[in-house]
Amino acid sequence: MPIVLIVAEQQPDGHLRKASLNAITAGKQLADKAGAELHIALIGKDPAKVADELKGTGAKAVHVGAAPELEHYLAETYAPVLATLATELKADYVGMASTAQGKDLLPRLAARLKAAMATDVTGLNGSGADITFNRPMWAGNVFAEVKLTTPVKVFTVRATEFAAAGTGEGAAEVKAFAPKVEASKTKFVEFKEVKSARPELTEAKVVISGGRGTKGDFKEIEALADELGAAVGASRAVCDAGWVPNDLQVGQTGKVVAPSLYIAAGISGAIQHLAGMKSSKTIVAINKDAEAPIFQVADYGIVADLFKVLPELRSELQKLK
Amino acid sequence: MKILVTAKRVEDPESKIKVKPDGSGIVQEGLKYKINPFDEIGVEEGLRLVAKHQGEVVVVSIGGKEVQEQLRHALAMGAHRAVWVNHTGPLDQLGIAGLLQKVTEKEKPDLVILGKQSIDDDQNQVGQYLAEFLGWGQATFASKVESMESEQEKNKVPALTVTADGKAVRVIREVDNGLATLECQLPAVVTTDLRLNTPRYASLPGIMKAKSKPIEELTPEKLGVDVTPKIQIVKLSSPPARKAGIKVPDVATLVDKLRNEAKVV
Ligand SMILES: Cc1cc2nc3c(=O)[nH]c(=O)nc-3n(C[C@H](O)[C@H](O)[C@H](O)COP(=O)(O)OP(=O)(O)OC[C@H]3O[C@@H](n4cnc5c(N)ncnc54)[C@H](O)[C@@H]3O)c2cc1C
Ligand SMILES: Nc1ncnc2c1ncn2[C@@H]1O[C@H](COP(=O)(O)O)[C@@H](O)[C@H]1O
Repeated sequence: MPIVLIVAEQQPDGHLRKASLNAITAGKQLADKAGAELHIALIGKDPAKVADELKGTGAKAVHVGAAPELEHYLAETYAPVLATLATELKADYVGMASTAQGKDLLPRLAARLKAAMATDVTGLNGSGADITFNRPMWAGNVFAEVKLTTPVKVFTVRATEFAAAGTGEGAAEVKAFAPKVEASKTKFVEFKEVKSARPELTEAKVVISGGRGTKGDFKEIEALADELGAAVGASRAVCDAGWVPNDLQVGQTGKVVAPSLYIAAGISGAIQHLAGMKSSKTIVAINKDAEAPIFQVADYGIVADLFKVLPELRSELQKLK
Repeated sequence: MKILVTAKRVEDPESKIKVKPDGSGIVQEGLKYKINPFDEIGVEEGLRLVAKHQGEVVVVSIGGKEVQEQLRHALAMGAHRAVWVNHTGPLDQLGIAGLLQKVTEKEKPDLVILGKQSIDDDQNQVGQYLAEFLGWGQATFASKVESMESEQEKNKVPALTVTADGKAVRVIREVDNGLATLECQLPAVVTTDLRLNTPRYASLPGIMKAKSKPIEELTPEKLGVDVTPKIQIVKLSSPPARKAGIKVPDVATLVDKLRNEAKVV
């Protein structure tokens, strides 16, 4: 039986990176189509607790590799360990969420497996050995259906296109293995976390993003976000200016989000920005310029000054309570 | 220090990309082409590093003869010489990384700088494939902490720094929830993120000088690389268009719509 192996990710704080659950759903869909068995891999210094969480996701087995040298993620140490596991399992497909780590690690792993790879997969087609992947190109202006023709096939998953897998289904066998960690030419120096009390941008139900129109003043955006329990996002212009952390950039080269409600304030709606938020359920645009392209994708637009609209919106929402 | 940088030819990011009705490709007419924005950042970073540590920036591009335009652009920015791998027809990331591996083995640079992704394929793969093929360290998504409008940026201080002993590079990377710093033993592969630097304009004397800088021509055959694609594009299509909604006159209407129509608040 063919094997689909999904790599789960542990955050630096020890928790499961939630996008892993979306990747597991993609893995399940693929396993169904390909008539394959779903396996999960998780490696790190201390992955046991997170591995336990993954037992109920419907996979056949969770392979857990612990080693002190795997404390800090490095593509150079993680790729060989996972390649050995994939080879021993005779995995036909290896996938992971399209997170910063997924994008760094999987191409290196693919190179090791002599595998072709599809990045940011949004859908799967076909059956049996004849599987194709859908993926965006040209900042989401184009979708391609691609077929990988190498024996092993590698992919990353766009989390917003697959629901998160539940964790109460079945009981996968947890199989511990002892990773042989290769020496690395790269040293981890430090990780500077940008801490925020607000929800994670990629997981929030509501996202309020600010653009250059804010002129760097995010106070009203943040106040509205807190009123709605929302995450804060931004356009590239805002991150480039250093007004907010880079981690908040939404778009082709930033985060891809698909919340129930996306509010864009002072954002013009360049194609690269739209690439990261077009799949949101409801989009609201606040912009002074009635011709701004953002209005072409917005369900509700309001042509006005954001510094006037945002406080008013907040007080109207407070009244609803 | 010898630095190899890549320069892919891509559609101008401002252009409107349309799929041909039969899904076999994109409509080429009227498109403008540029050096991949991430690669331009790579060229700039290479130039800043050699300005500080001496050496040479060699730029490489793979494609038909039209990619010489992008090579000339990089030469006009200040790169010293160029390598053109002449190949028309489809190429995938495995093929490109295979060609770049051979060019790297031939040129023996201390550092290869690539873009993190090409804005046509959006694959984000070649740098990582190349690092593994070479058995080198990798630092992807190189960025910087300071604002682009900071004094440092104005003074063009490199954000990618060579360690005191000259044997490694220290790279700040954009990752989820923050910034990670790595130290890669040289030779190494680095890929650029948008905020690493602001590329310089090519000056007029730069453009004049570029005309006489050498471009070496290679081919996949000469490099001994089989570039048969392992990624087959079955079909291209346009994403479903999102319908433009309505403009609301005031905040009260907006809130009413969000509550009673969209049911999201
Ligand atoms: C390779 C590449 C990758 C890129 N990746 C991304 C990406 O991932 N994400 C991204 O966002 N961009 C990305 N960009 C940049 C993108 O092309 C745009 O430049 C950027 O999105 C513009 O940001 P903005 O909308 O905030 O600014 P602008 O385009 O300057 O728009 C500002 C808007 O604010 C409005 N405004 C001004 N004042 C007010 C006010 N008081 N009240 C209300 N409205 C006001 C204006 O009418 C205007 O529409 C990328 C570009 C390239 C070349
Ligand atoms: N045809 C090419 N010629 C030169 N460099 C390329 C080519 N294709 C890709 N690259 C490099 O690989 C990087 C990543 O591309 P990709 O993996 O396709 O997103 C790009 O930013 C370029 O630096």
